[in-house]
Amino acid sequence: MADSIEITPEMRAQIGVESSPWPYEVTATGVRAFARGVGYTDPVYYDPAAACAVGYQYLPAPPCYLGTPAFLPGHSDPVFSTPPGTDPRPRYGLTQVLDGSTEAVYERPLLAGENLVGRHRLVDMQVKQSRTFGAMLVVTSEITLRDGGGEVVARERSQRIFY
Amino acid sequence: MLYASGSGDFNPLHYDPDFAQARQIGDYIVFGRLKYAALGQLVSDWLGHQGFIRRISASYRGMDRRGQSFTCRGRVTGLRQERGQHIAELELWTEGSDGQRTTEGTAEVVLTPAGPG
Repeated sequence: MADSIEITPEMRAQIGVESSPWPYEVTATGVRAFARGVGYTDPVYYDPAAACAVGYQYLPAPPCYLGTPAFLPGHSDPVFSTPPGTDPRPRYGLTQVLDGSTEAVYERPLLAGENLVGRHRLVDMQVKQSRTFGAMLVVTSEITLRDGGGEVVARERSQRIFY
Repeated sequence: MLYASGSGDFNPLHYDPDFAQARQIGDYIVFGRLKYAALGQLVSDWLGHQGFIRRISASYRGMDRRGQSFTCRGRVTGLRQERGQHIAELELWTEGSDGQRTTEGTAEVVLTPAGPG
């Protein structure tokens, strides 16, 4: 447990830096796997005929699922499956990480079959105190997802807590 | 593990009781993002595809441990019109068996009774 955490100029310089674009795929298999993992029984997330019957062209992505970042061994994170440079591993001398919050803002529904491009940006860093964890570094980051036409389709903002 | 394979997040904090951070906490804990996605499922089931979730958020307030159940709840906090669209605002949360909220969130839904639009 850290008594204090200093946000160094080097850390602060990372704020606002955008990562290289990375493919995020919304596939039928990915949609079903996510829906299964959450526990959906709604056939709309599994069966294209059920999806079409309620007005979708194909399987819709369940809420909170923005596609799967393409996995590339040696580049993607082996534990979190995240693109290079965006992994949530503990850093800055801190050893533990927890998710603090997550928010998605959609411009339109996402459907299986879409190939998106995500860019990650570090938005903010703040030091907070917790009775349980002592000094914590709260890192806010954002992923912007664009479709093949370059239009923004969704943004996900998340806070991770390092302690 | 089903959620791990669906999300690609294989952090042992969520399935290995011997992982150092899990030992420190006392046991392995439910993925925060699984609670977030479960709140998404609550909204999806409520909406019945007669609308589109425009925004959804969750803040992880407490840990849900192995063997404990949690329940997703929500309520409509507002209805408004915006550029001809009907928008519902929702408050969402998960609570443990003791009634303590372990996740708090909100959502905004565009209501389209004719279909998902």
